[in-house]
Amino acid sequence: MKLGNQTIVFKNRPKIIGNYAVVGPKEGAGNFGSYFDYVMKDDRFGEKTYEGAERKMVETAIVGAIDSAGLIPKNIDILLAGDLLNQIISSSYAARSFDIPYLGLFGACSTMAETLAVGACLVDGGFFNNIACCTASHFSTAERQFRFPLELGNQRPPTSQWTTTAAGCSILSSKGNGPSVTMATFGKVTDWGITDVNNMGAAMAPSAMSTLVAHFEDTHTRPEDYDLIVTGDLGKLGSEVLIDLMEDKGYKLGVNYCDCGQMMFRREQKPLMGGSGCGCSASILNSFLINKIKSGQYKKILFMATGALLSTTATQQGETVPGIAHAVVIER
Amino acid sequence: MNETERNVKYNKYVNAKIAKTKAFPSLFNAFWVGGLVCVLGQGINDLLLYFFPTMAEQTAWSYTLIALIFLASFLTGLGVFDRIGQFAGAGTIVPITGFSNSIASPAMDFKNEGIIYGLCVKMFSIAGPVIVIGIASSIIVGLIYLFI
Repeated sequence: MKLGNQTIVFKNRPKIIGNYAVVGPKEGAGNFGSYFDYVMKDDRFGEKTYEGAERKMVETAIVGAIDSAGLIPKNIDILLAGDLLNQIISSSYAARSFDIPYLGLFGACSTMAETLAVGACLVDGGFFNNIACCTASHFSTAERQFRFPLELGNQRPPTSQWTTTAAGCSILSSKGNGPSVTMATFGKVTDWGITDVNNMGAAMAPSAMSTLVAHFEDTHTRPEDYDLIVTGDLGKLGSEVLIDLMEDKGYKLGVNYCDCGQMMFRREQKPLMGGSGCGCSASILNSFLINKIKSGQYKKILFMATGALLSTTATQQGETVPGIAHAVVIER
Repeated sequence: MNETERNVKYNKYVNAKIAKTKAFPSLFNAFWVGGLVCVLGQGINDLLLYFFPTMAEQTAWSYTLIALIFLASFLTGLGVFDRIGQFAGAGTIVPITGFSNSIASPAMDFKNEGIIYGLCVKMFSIAGPVIVIGIASSIIVGLIYLFI
Protein backbone atom coordinates (compact mmCIF):
# COMPACT_ATOMS: atom_id res chain seq x y z
CA MET A 1 0.00 0.00 0.00
CA LYS A 2 1.42 3.36 -0.98
CA LEU A 3 1.76 5.93 1.76
CA GLY A 4 2.41 9.53 0.82
CA ASN A 5 4.65 10.16 -2.17
CA GLN A 6 7.50 7.68 -2.00
CA THR A 7 6.74 5.15 0.72
CA ILE A 8 5.14 1.72 0.64
CA VAL A 9 3.71 -0.05 3.69
CA PHE A 10 3.85 -3.83 3.62
CA LYS A 11 0.67 -5.18 5.16
CA ASN A 12 1.83 -8.79 5.10
CA ARG A 13 5.15 -7.93 6.74
CA PRO A 14 7.69 -9.97 4.75
CA LYS A 15 10.16 -11.65 7.11
CA ILE A 16 13.91 -11.81 6.90
CA ILE A 17 14.31 -15.50 7.65
CA GLY A 18 17.93 -15.91 6.63
CA ASN A 19 21.01 -13.70 6.61
CA TYR A 20 24.68 -14.16 5.90
CA ALA A 21 27.71 -11.88 5.64
CA VAL A 22 31.13 -12.68 4.21
CA VAL A 23 33.95 -10.15 4.47
CA GLY A 24 37.62 -9.69 3.63
CA PRO A 25 40.47 -9.89 6.16
CA LYS A 26 40.68 -6.11 6.71
CA GLU A 27 36.95 -5.93 7.44
CA GLY A 28 37.32 -8.99 9.67
CA ALA A 29 39.86 -7.05 11.71
CA GLY A 30 37.47 -4.09 11.91
CA ASN A 31 34.86 -3.15 14.47
CA PHE A 32 32.35 -5.85 13.50
CA GLY A 33 34.84 -8.67 12.97
CA SER A 34 33.26 -11.06 15.46
CA TYR A 35 29.75 -10.62 14.03
CA PHE A 36 30.44 -11.65 10.44
CA ASP A 37 29.59 -15.20 9.43
CA TYR A 38 32.72 -15.70 7.40
CA VAL A 39 36.01 -13.83 7.22
CA MET A 40 38.12 -14.56 4.15
CA LYS A 41 41.76 -15.43 4.79
CA ASP A 42 42.95 -13.42 1.80
CA ASP A 43 41.50 -10.99 -0.72
CA ARG A 44 41.56 -13.47 -3.58
CA PHE A 45 39.39 -16.06 -1.84
CA GLY A 46 41.21 -18.84 -3.71
CA GLU A 47 40.39 -17.36 -7.11
CA LYS A 48 42.76 -16.26 -9.87
CA THR A 49 41.30 -12.75 -10.17
CA TYR A 50 39.75 -10.26 -7.77
CA GLU A 51 36.61 -10.23 -9.93
CA GLY A 52 36.46 -14.00 -9.45
CA ALA A 53 36.80 -13.47 -5.71
CA GLU A 54 33.91 -11.01 -5.67
CA ARG A 55 31.72 -13.43 -7.62
CA LYS A 56 32.60 -16.19 -5.18
CA MET A 57 31.71 -13.90 -2.28
CA VAL A 58 28.26 -13.38 -3.79
CA GLU A 59 27.84 -17.14 -4.20
CA THR A 60 29.02 -17.79 -0.65
CA ALA A 61 26.65 -15.19 0.78
CA ILE A 62 23.66 -16.58 -1.13
CA VAL A 63 24.38 -20.17 -0.15
CA GLY A 64 25.01 -19.13 3.46
CA ALA A 65 21.80 -17.13 3.71
CA ILE A 66 19.68 -19.88 2.13
CA ASP A 67 21.26 -22.31 4.55
CA SER A 68 20.65 -20.10 7.58
CA ALA A 69 16.98 -19.89 6.56
CA GLY A 70 16.84 -23.67 6.64
CA LEU A 71 16.01 -23.80 2.94
CA ILE A 72 17.64 -25.21 -0.18
CA PRO A 73 18.30 -23.21 -3.38
CA LYS A 74 15.29 -24.85 -5.03
CA ASN A 75 13.01 -23.10 -2.52
CA ILE A 76 14.10 -19.64 -3.65
CA ASP A 77 11.69 -18.14 -6.18
CA ILE A 78 13.89 -15.31 -7.38
CA LEU A 79 17.29 -13.81 -6.73
CA LEU A 80 17.69 -10.01 -6.62
CA ALA A 81 21.28 -8.89 -6.71
CA GLY A 82 23.62 -6.14 -7.82
CA ASP A 83 27.14 -4.83 -7.38
CA LEU A 84 29.47 -2.03 -8.44
CA LEU A 85 31.22 -3.55 -11.40
CA ASN A 86 30.38 -2.71 -15.01
CA GLN A 87 27.35 -4.71 -16.14
CA ILE A 88 27.03 -5.98 -12.54
CA ILE A 89 29.11 -9.02 -13.47
CA SER A 90 29.67 -10.28 -9.93
CA SER A 91 25.95 -10.78 -9.42
CA SER A 92 25.09 -12.03 -12.89
CA TYR A 93 28.00 -14.46 -13.02
CA ALA A 94 27.20 -15.71 -9.53
CA ALA A 95 23.57 -16.20 -10.56
CA ARG A 96 24.89 -18.47 -13.31
CA SER A 97 25.67 -21.14 -10.73
CA PHE A 98 22.17 -21.16 -9.25
CA ASP A 99 19.09 -22.64 -10.82
CA ILE A 100 17.05 -19.62 -9.69
CA PRO A 101 15.40 -16.84 -11.76
CA TYR A 102 17.44 -13.68 -11.42
CA LEU A 103 16.85 -9.95 -11.55
CA GLY A 104 19.94 -7.74 -11.60
CA LEU A 105 19.51 -4.41 -9.85
CA PHE A 106 21.96 -1.52 -9.93
CA GLY A 107 21.84 1.14 -7.28
CA ALA A 108 25.58 1.47 -6.64
CA CYS A 109 26.13 1.27 -2.88
CA SER A 110 22.38 1.55 -2.21
CA THR A 111 21.80 -1.92 -3.66
CA MET A 112 21.16 -3.70 -0.35
CA ALA A 113 18.24 -1.43 0.51
CA GLU A 114 17.08 -1.49 -3.10
CA THR A 115 16.95 -5.29 -3.34
CA LEU A 116 15.25 -5.51 0.07
CA ALA A 117 12.65 -2.91 -0.89
CA VAL A 118 11.89 -4.48 -4.28
CA GLY A 119 11.94 -7.96 -2.74
CA ALA A 120 9.55 -6.91 0.01
CA CYS A 121 7.14 -5.52 -2.64
CA LEU A 122 7.23 -8.82 -4.52
CA VAL A 123 6.66 -10.89 -1.38
CA ASP A 124 4.01 -8.55 0.03
CA GLY A 125 2.13 -8.60 -3.26
CA GLY A 126 1.94 -12.36 -3.02
CA PHE A 127 3.96 -12.97 -6.16
CA PHE A 128 6.81 -14.86 -4.56
CA ASN A 129 7.32 -16.74 -1.30
CA ASN A 130 11.08 -16.71 -0.85
CA ILE A 131 13.44 -14.14 -2.29
CA ALA A 132 17.20 -13.86 -1.95
CA CYS A 133 18.48 -10.25 -1.82
CA CYS A 134 22.21 -9.97 -2.22
CA THR A 135 25.00 -7.51 -2.94
CA ALA A 136 28.77 -7.37 -2.76
CA SER A 137 31.76 -5.13 -3.30
CA HIS A 138 35.50 -5.74 -3.36
CA PHE A 139 38.19 -3.16 -2.67
CA SER A 140 40.50 -4.36 -5.42
CA THR A 141 37.89 -4.64 -8.19
CA ALA A 142 36.37 -1.24 -7.38
CA GLU A 143 39.78 0.39 -7.14
CA ARG A 144 40.76 -1.04 -10.54
CA GLN A 145 37.54 0.09 -12.18
CA PHE A 146 37.00 3.50 -10.63
CA ARG A 147 40.43 4.72 -9.56
CA PHE A 148 44.05 3.71 -10.02
CA PRO A 149 46.01 0.45 -10.19
CA LEU A 150 46.32 -1.16 -6.76
CA GLU A 151 50.08 -0.83 -6.42
CA LEU A 152 50.33 2.75 -7.68
CA GLY A 153 52.27 4.82 -5.16
CA ASN A 154 49.89 7.78 -5.04
CA GLN A 155 48.37 9.37 -1.96
CA ARG A 156 44.70 8.92 -1.15
CA PRO A 157 42.88 12.23 -0.72
CA PRO A 158 41.71 12.85 2.87
CA THR A 159 38.02 12.81 1.83
CA SER A 160 38.24 9.41 0.15
CA GLN A 161 36.69 6.25 1.52
CA TRP A 162 37.87 2.67 1.52
CA THR A 163 35.74 0.30 -0.56
CA THR A 164 34.70 -2.57 1.66
CA THR A 165 35.43 -6.13 0.62
CA ALA A 166 32.20 -7.72 1.73
CA ALA A 167 29.01 -9.42 0.63
CA GLY A 168 25.67 -9.78 2.36
CA CYS A 169 22.53 -11.69 1.56
CA SER A 170 19.08 -11.72 3.16
CA ILE A 171 16.28 -14.17 2.49
CA LEU A 172 12.85 -12.55 2.46
CA SER A 173 9.88 -14.79 3.00
CA SER A 174 6.14 -14.56 3.27
CA LYS A 175 6.18 -16.90 6.27
CA GLY A 176 8.57 -17.99 8.99
CA ASN A 177 10.25 -16.20 11.84
CA GLY A 178 12.51 -13.22 11.78
CA PRO A 179 12.55 -9.44 11.62
CA SER A 180 9.89 -7.97 9.33
CA VAL A 181 10.32 -5.42 6.59
CA THR A 182 7.37 -3.14 7.23
CA MET A 183 7.99 -0.09 5.05
CA ALA A 184 10.17 1.02 2.20
CA THR A 185 10.87 4.49 0.85
CA PHE A 186 12.24 4.66 -2.67
CA GLY A 187 14.60 7.56 -3.24
CA LYS A 188 15.00 10.05 -6.04
CA VAL A 189 18.26 10.68 -7.85
CA THR A 190 19.65 13.83 -6.25
CA ASP A 191 22.58 15.84 -7.55
CA TRP A 192 23.84 18.91 -5.75
CA GLY A 193 26.74 19.50 -8.07
CA ILE A 194 29.64 17.71 -6.37
CA THR A 195 32.31 16.94 -8.98
CA ASP A 196 34.98 15.44 -6.72
CA VAL A 197 34.80 11.65 -7.15
CA ASN A 198 36.92 11.32 -4.04
CA ASN A 199 34.24 12.94 -1.94
CA MET A 200 31.32 10.59 -2.35
CA GLY A 201 30.01 11.21 1.15
CA ALA A 202 29.20 14.81 0.24
CA ALA A 203 27.78 13.72 -3.13
CA MET A 204 25.41 11.22 -1.48
CA ALA A 205 24.36 13.22 1.59
CA PRO A 206 21.68 15.30 -0.24
CA SER A 207 20.06 12.12 -1.61
CA ALA A 208 20.08 10.65 1.90
CA MET A 209 18.44 13.82 3.19
CA SER A 210 15.84 13.74 0.40
CA THR A 211 14.82 10.13 1.10
CA LEU A 212 14.89 10.59 4.86
CA VAL A 213 12.69 13.70 4.73
CA ALA A 214 10.32 11.95 2.30
CA HIS A 215 10.14 8.99 4.68
CA PHE A 216 9.39 11.08 7.76
CA GLU A 217 6.77 13.13 5.90
CA ASP A 218 5.09 10.11 4.29
CA THR A 219 4.93 8.09 7.51
CA HIS A 220 4.41 11.02 9.92
CA THR A 221 7.30 9.82 12.04
CA ARG A 222 10.26 11.61 13.57
CA PRO A 223 13.87 10.44 14.01
CA GLU A 224 13.20 9.57 17.67
CA ASP A 225 10.55 7.01 16.64
CA TYR A 226 13.33 4.66 15.59
CA ASP A 227 15.73 2.74 17.81
CA LEU A 228 18.33 3.21 15.14
CA ILE A 229 18.62 5.15 11.90
CA VAL A 230 21.50 3.68 9.98
CA THR A 231 22.87 4.95 6.68
CA GLY A 232 24.98 2.93 4.28
CA ASP A 233 28.31 4.47 3.48
CA LEU A 234 28.21 8.23 3.86
CA GLY A 235 31.41 8.06 5.86
CA LYS A 236 32.50 10.56 8.47
CA LEU A 237 32.16 13.68 6.33
CA GLY A 238 28.96 12.54 4.60
CA SER A 239 27.16 11.75 7.82
CA GLU A 240 28.17 15.08 9.35
CA VAL A 241 26.80 16.78 6.25
CA LEU A 242 23.59 14.75 6.49
CA ILE A 243 23.10 15.79 10.12
CA ASP A 244 23.47 19.45 9.06
CA LEU A 245 21.13 19.07 6.08
CA MET A 246 18.50 17.35 8.22
CA GLU A 247 18.75 20.08 10.81
CA ASP A 248 17.98 22.63 8.08
CA LYS A 249 14.83 20.63 7.34
CA GLY A 250 13.82 20.60 10.99
CA TYR A 251 14.84 17.07 11.94
CA LYS A 252 17.47 16.43 14.56
CA LEU A 253 19.43 13.22 14.10
CA GLY A 254 20.61 12.30 17.56
CA VAL A 255 22.49 9.45 19.16
CA ASN A 256 20.25 6.92 17.40
CA TYR A 257 21.83 7.87 14.09
CA CYS A 258 24.89 6.05 12.76
CA ASP A 259 26.61 5.20 9.50
CA CYS A 260 27.90 1.76 8.48
CA GLY A 261 30.82 3.25 6.54
CA GLN A 262 31.98 5.25 9.52
CA MET A 263 31.72 2.27 11.86
CA MET A 264 33.18 -0.46 9.65
CA PHE A 265 36.89 0.01 10.31
CA ARG A 266 38.94 0.81 13.37
CA ARG A 267 40.69 4.18 13.38
CA GLU A 268 44.15 2.60 13.25
CA GLN A 269 43.21 0.87 9.99
CA LYS A 270 43.31 4.36 8.42
CA PRO A 271 40.18 4.14 6.27
CA LEU A 272 40.19 7.99 6.06
CA MET A 273 36.48 8.91 5.92
CA GLY A 274 35.42 5.29 6.47
CA GLY A 275 34.22 2.33 4.47
CA SER A 276 32.13 2.41 1.31
CA GLY A 277 30.77 0.02 -1.28
CA CYS A 278 27.64 -2.11 -1.52
CA GLY A 279 29.09 -4.70 0.82
CA CYS A 280 29.63 -2.20 3.62
CA SER A 281 25.99 -1.76 4.61
CA ALA A 282 25.04 -5.23 3.33
CA SER A 283 27.48 -7.05 5.60
CA ILE A 284 26.67 -4.99 8.70
CA LEU A 285 22.92 -5.36 8.13
CA ASN A 286 23.16 -9.09 7.56
CA SER A 287 25.26 -9.75 10.61
CA PHE A 288 25.22 -7.22 13.41
CA LEU A 289 21.94 -5.38 12.77
CA ILE A 290 19.64 -8.31 11.99
CA ASN A 291 21.05 -10.30 14.89
CA LYS A 292 20.52 -7.37 17.26
CA ILE A 293 16.92 -7.06 16.06
CA LYS A 294 16.43 -10.78 16.57
CA SER A 295 17.81 -10.56 20.09
CA GLY A 296 15.47 -7.65 20.83
CA GLN A 297 18.10 -4.99 21.39
CA TYR A 298 16.57 -2.99 18.56
CA LYS A 299 12.85 -3.13 17.90
CA LYS A 300 12.52 -0.82 14.92
CA ILE A 301 15.31 0.41 12.68
CA LEU A 302 15.44 2.53 9.57
CA PHE A 303 18.05 1.13 7.24
CA MET A 304 18.97 3.48 4.44
CA ALA A 305 21.70 2.60 1.96
CA THR A 306 23.13 5.40 -0.14
CA GLY A 307 24.73 5.14 -3.55
CA ALA A 308 26.81 7.41 -5.79
CA LEU A 309 25.67 6.71 -9.32
CA LEU A 310 28.89 7.72 -11.00
CA SER A 311 30.80 6.19 -13.87
CA THR A 312 34.35 6.93 -14.92
CA THR A 313 33.13 7.96 -18.39
CA ALA A 314 30.63 10.49 -17.06
CA THR A 315 33.03 12.00 -14.52
CA GLN A 316 35.84 12.29 -17.07
CA GLN A 317 33.41 14.16 -19.31
CA GLY A 318 32.91 16.64 -16.49
CA GLU A 319 29.60 15.40 -15.14
CA THR A 320 28.74 15.84 -11.48
CA VAL A 321 28.14 12.90 -9.12
CA PRO A 322 24.45 12.03 -8.62
CA GLY A 323 23.37 10.16 -5.52
CA ILE A 324 20.49 7.94 -4.53
CA ALA A 325 19.21 6.52 -1.27
CA HIS A 326 16.57 3.92 -0.51
CA ALA A 327 15.26 3.19 2.96
CA VAL A 328 13.57 0.20 4.55
CA VAL A 329 12.06 -0.10 7.99
CA ILE A 330 12.89 -3.34 9.73
CA GLU A 331 10.94 -4.28 12.86
CA ARG A 332 11.16 -7.07 15.32
CA MET B 1 16.80 29.61 -4.34
CA ASN B 2 17.40 28.01 -7.73
CA GLU B 3 19.38 24.85 -8.32
CA THR B 4 22.62 26.49 -9.42
CA GLU B 5 22.66 28.76 -6.38
CA ARG B 6 21.93 25.82 -4.12
CA ASN B 7 24.75 23.77 -5.66
CA VAL B 8 27.26 26.60 -5.39
CA LYS B 9 26.28 27.15 -1.76
CA TYR B 10 26.47 23.42 -1.04
CA ASN B 11 29.91 23.08 -2.64
CA LYS B 12 31.15 26.03 -0.61
CA TYR B 13 29.78 24.52 2.59
CA VAL B 14 31.36 21.12 1.82
CA ASN B 15 34.74 22.62 0.95
CA ALA B 16 34.74 24.52 4.25
CA LYS B 17 34.00 21.25 6.08
CA ILE B 18 36.82 19.24 4.54
CA ALA B 19 39.80 18.85 6.82
CA LYS B 20 42.70 20.30 4.89
CA THR B 21 45.81 18.20 4.37
CA LYS B 22 48.52 19.43 6.70
CA ALA B 23 51.09 20.97 4.36
CA PHE B 24 54.15 20.79 6.57
CA PRO B 25 54.24 17.03 7.36
CA SER B 26 53.40 16.20 3.71
CA LEU B 27 56.16 18.46 2.39
CA PHE B 28 58.63 17.27 4.99
CA ASN B 29 58.08 13.56 4.22
CA ALA B 30 58.22 14.17 0.48
CA PHE B 31 61.41 16.17 0.92
CA TRP B 32 63.38 13.69 2.97
CA VAL B 33 62.25 10.54 1.14
CA GLY B 34 62.77 12.24 -2.24
CA GLY B 35 66.19 13.38 -1.05
CA LEU B 36 66.98 9.84 0.04
CA VAL B 37 66.12 8.54 -3.46
CA CYS B 38 68.52 11.11 -4.92
CA VAL B 39 71.25 10.12 -2.47
CA LEU B 40 70.70 6.50 -3.42
CA GLY B 41 71.00 7.37 -7.12
CA GLN B 42 74.17 9.36 -6.51
CA GLY B 43 75.54 6.50 -4.42
CA ILE B 44 74.96 3.95 -7.18
CA ASN B 45 76.55 6.30 -9.68
CA ASP B 46 79.63 6.87 -7.51
CA LEU B 47 80.04 3.17 -6.78
CA LEU B 48 79.86 2.35 -10.50
CA LEU B 49 82.54 4.88 -11.29
CA TYR B 50 84.65 3.66 -8.33
CA PHE B 51 84.56 -0.01 -9.34
CA PHE B 52 84.70 0.59 -13.11
CA PRO B 53 87.03 3.57 -13.49
CA THR B 54 87.10 3.20 -17.30
CA MET B 55 83.33 3.60 -17.55
CA ALA B 56 82.15 6.78 -19.28
CA GLU B 57 80.15 9.09 -17.02
CA GLN B 58 77.19 9.01 -19.44
CA THR B 59 77.10 5.20 -19.25
CA ALA B 60 77.22 5.26 -15.47
CA TRP B 61 74.19 7.59 -15.44
CA SER B 62 72.27 5.17 -17.64
CA TYR B 63 73.09 2.25 -15.36
CA THR B 64 72.03 4.31 -12.35
CA LEU B 65 68.65 5.03 -13.93
CA ILE B 66 68.23 1.36 -14.82
CA ALA B 67 69.04 0.40 -11.21
CA LEU B 68 66.48 2.86 -9.80
CA ILE B 69 63.81 1.78 -12.30
CA PHE B 70 64.45 -1.85 -11.38
CA LEU B 71 64.35 -1.15 -7.67
CA ALA B 72 61.02 0.72 -7.90
CA SER B 73 59.43 -1.97 -10.08
CA PHE B 74 60.72 -4.65 -7.75
CA LEU B 75 59.25 -2.91 -4.70
CA THR B 76 55.98 -2.44 -6.64
CA GLY B 77 55.91 -6.17 -7.33
CA LEU B 78 56.47 -6.90 -3.65
CA GLY B 79 53.53 -4.63 -2.83
CA VAL B 80 55.66 -2.25 -0.79
CA PHE B 81 55.90 0.75 -3.10
CA ASP B 82 52.29 1.90 -2.72
CA ARG B 83 52.80 2.09 1.04
CA ILE B 84 55.96 4.14 0.65
CA GLY B 85 54.08 6.32 -1.87
CA GLN B 86 51.18 6.90 0.51
CA PHE B 87 53.70 8.14 3.07
CA ALA B 88 56.10 10.04 0.85
CA GLY B 89 53.80 11.41 -1.87
CA ALA B 90 55.76 13.42 -4.38
CA GLY B 91 58.99 12.21 -2.77
CA THR B 92 58.74 8.93 -4.64
CA ILE B 93 56.46 9.98 -7.52
CA VAL B 94 58.63 12.78 -8.94
CA PRO B 95 61.92 10.86 -9.29
CA ILE B 96 62.15 8.14 -11.94
CA THR B 97 60.94 5.68 -9.29
CA GLY B 98 57.41 7.07 -9.74
CA PHE B 99 57.55 6.60 -13.48
CA SER B 100 58.68 3.02 -13.03
CA ASN B 101 55.89 2.37 -10.52
CA SER B 102 53.29 3.93 -12.79
CA ILE B 103 54.16 1.42 -15.53
CA ALA B 104 54.67 -1.62 -13.32
CA SER B 105 51.47 -1.22 -11.28
CA PRO B 106 48.93 -1.28 -14.17
CA ALA B 107 50.93 -4.06 -15.81
CA MET B 108 50.45 -6.15 -12.66
CA ASP B 109 46.79 -5.23 -12.37
CA PHE B 110 45.78 -5.99 -15.92
CA LYS B 111 47.79 -9.12 -16.66
CA ASN B 112 44.64 -11.17 -16.09
CA GLU B 113 43.04 -9.48 -19.10
CA GLY B 114 45.73 -10.94 -21.38
CA ILE B 115 49.24 -10.00 -22.47
CA ILE B 116 48.26 -7.80 -25.45
CA TYR B 117 44.92 -6.22 -24.55
CA GLY B 118 45.49 -6.29 -20.83
CA LEU B 119 49.12 -5.84 -19.87
CA CYS B 120 50.54 -4.11 -22.97
CA VAL B 121 47.62 -1.74 -23.52
CA LYS B 122 47.05 -0.74 -19.89
CA MET B 123 50.74 -0.49 -19.02
CA PHE B 124 50.81 3.12 -20.22
CA SER B 125 47.45 4.18 -18.81
CA ILE B 126 49.18 6.30 -16.16
CA ALA B 127 52.58 6.92 -17.76
CA GLY B 128 51.20 7.55 -21.27
CA PRO B 129 50.25 11.19 -20.71
CA VAL B 130 53.69 11.86 -19.20
CA ILE B 131 55.37 10.51 -22.33
CA VAL B 132 53.03 12.39 -24.69
CA ILE B 133 53.45 15.71 -22.92
CA GLY B 134 57.19 15.11 -22.57
CA ILE B 135 57.59 14.54 -26.31
CA ALA B 136 55.24 17.37 -27.26
CA SER B 137 57.03 19.90 -25.07
CA SER B 138 60.44 18.75 -26.33
CA ILE B 139 59.28 19.44 -29.90
CA ILE B 140 58.15 22.93 -28.91
CA VAL B 141 61.42 23.63 -27.08
CA GLY B 142 63.35 22.25 -30.08
CA LEU B 143 61.50 24.56 -32.46
CA ILE B 144 62.19 27.57 -30.25
CA TYR B 145 65.85 26.57 -30.09
CA LEU B 146 65.96 26.30 -33.89
CA PHE B 147 64.77 29.85 -34.44
CA ILE B 148 66.65 31.76 -31.75
